[in-house]
Amino acid sequence: MTNSVSAVAGPNPAAPGVAVPPSSRRSRVGATGVPRRTGTAYLFLAPFLVLFTVFVIVPGVFGLVISVTDWSPFKAEQSFIGFQNYIDLFTPGSITFGDFWQSMGATGIFTLLSVPVMLVVPLLLAVLLNNKIKGGTVFRAIFFAPYVLGVAVIGVIWRYILDTQSGMLNNLLGFIGLPTDIPWTVDVPWAWVSLVGVTVWWTLGFNAVILLAGLKGISADLYEAASLDGAGTIRKFFSVTLPGLRPVMLFVTTTTILASANMFGQSYLLTKGGPGNATRTAIMYISDQGLGQSNMGAASAMSYILFLFLAVISVINFRLQRERAE
Amino acid sequence: MTTSTPTRPRDGDSAGPNNDRTDAIRHDSGKRRFRPRTVRGMVLYAVLVVVSLIIVLPLVWVLITSFKTDGDVITNPYSIFPNPFSTEAYATLSSGQQPIFRWLLNSFLAASLQTIIILVTASAAAYALARLEFRGKKLVFGLIIATLLVPPVIFLIPNYLIVQNLGWLDTIWAISIPGAASAFGVFFLRQFFVGLPMEIEEAARIDGAGDFRIFMQIIIPLSKPALSTLAVLSFLANWNDFLWPIYVLLSPENLTLQPGLSQLQGAYSTHFSIVMAGAVIASVPVLILFAIAQRQIVESVASSGVKG
Repeated sequence: MTNSVSAVAGPNPAAPGVAVPPSSRRSRVGATGVPRRTGTAYLFLAPFLVLFTVFVIVPGVFGLVISVTDWSPFKAEQSFIGFQNYIDLFTPGSITFGDFWQSMGATGIFTLLSVPVMLVVPLLLAVLLNNKIKGGTVFRAIFFAPYVLGVAVIGVIWRYILDTQSGMLNNLLGFIGLPTDIPWTVDVPWAWVSLVGVTVWWTLGFNAVILLAGLKGISADLYEAASLDGAGTIRKFFSVTLPGLRPVMLFVTTTTILASANMFGQSYLLTKGGPGNATRTAIMYISDQGLGQSNMGAASAMSYILFLFLAVISVINFRLQRERAE
Repeated sequence: MTTSTPTRPRDGDSAGPNNDRTDAIRHDSGKRRFRPRTVRGMVLYAVLVVVSLIIVLPLVWVLITSFKTDGDVITNPYSIFPNPFSTEAYATLSSGQQPIFRWLLNSFLAASLQTIIILVTASAAAYALARLEFRGKKLVFGLIIATLLVPPVIFLIPNYLIVQNLGWLDTIWAISIPGAASAFGVFFLRQFFVGLPMEIEEAARIDGAGDFRIFMQIIIPLSKPALSTLAVLSFLANWNDFLWPIYVLLSPENLTLQPGLSQLQGAYSTHFSIVMAGAVIASVPVLILFAIAQRQIVESVASSGVKG
């Protein structure tokens, strides 16, 4: 998921040395001129295009069709109902209105709470790792390791650690004289603290590794110049490190926002969306409505509304990136 | 690396001799090296070690707990040495109603199948997009790039219906084939193929080699690093997939490890050692893979932000 965004941002800044696909007519590749080999090309493309068409293009369009019907797998024929599903989602008092916007709200809360932590903690770790230290790559590997574990593994481990009665964490808090009855997964705001904390524990290495690569790209000369001007460590961090990191930071911010907005497993496993439906995220609600409750038309409409929200956020991000670069 | 510092002329103008050095070396000279000897170095190490412990200790503790008996877990949750050392949890899992080793096999087969399909289809498609001129190239490439932006939830319901119509619900095909349409894989390999020198290919063409031979005998061998990175990333992604298998896999024996673990938690909610043993079984294969391919995985993630 995160990869996909990097991939999209990829082609534009591709180094000038790297061959960009030659525009077909004025291609200068090869002195003889590159002949078009349309048949051969599509032979190579065919296996992928079959999969891509059946499982990406068709469902992308099919989803829109479903969203304008009252699709249910239990009916022989599906009926067209226009934009009713969309209208319902914007009509207070409809069946889906309250729950959907609560889940969007929960997603928003999680994103607002988690993104700053998921940027600051990895950034601090990356700054530490950017010092020439022995064992730097070992630390880097350790920080990254939880990321390769699936969300189900993370979920069952932390559900046990965070259990109110028999969990490790409350027991440990007892040792240092703190309250031992914190409802980590069953009451708000603690459930949010747990969801954010576990997500940070799980993914901090991912952002740290990207930010570390960004830090390595900042010229040492800038730091030397800042030192000559008498800047201290903190001054250098704000005047050299942060500005130098801006492009990478915006990339990381975008991917982190999108990942947080797509959060599902942590809530599903740690809090079951509770208490009540306080931590039920949009993905959790949409998948349950569509596949659990077979309310497919409405759920499809919801997924497109979520998509729209994410697209707007992405566009704002790209705009910001361009403005700052100018 | 560390020994190079003293040999470098420290007096006089340090800027002069640095000019002809590579970036990497200048980097070294520009920064202080921290070793545990200095106070700052000690603080730095202390922070890194503490964070490492926060990450590693829960995992170690999961491993320890999985070898305890239920009674031991409750009376000595923090003891480092299980007393008695017990493989009971693993025994229960292998004989119980939750066929976890079957899930392990299912996860392994599904992830392997999907990885192989991605490598074959994405490399061929990437070859066409990177090295051939053809009608509709911009459209195809544009479509592939565009879908990278779309959140996966968009495809959830329609793909469920498609998989249902194909009769694939509750089969390995449901969890390996739809996800094998990897736009990311095509894009990733295309970027790599584009960077390969054109000369070798032209020489082969003059020698009469066709596209298929050029692809198999030149492009593929030259792209082993990119292909293995994509293989590792694809395998991990499928192994760890959670949302999709929850809904398309139905019978207990057809589950993969991720939805299986979630069920295990429900079935053994008070038997922590059993759930932790399940977590260990689900984690060991990917942690081994990570240990082997750590550098590759981390480097490919690291470069994603800088290139992008």
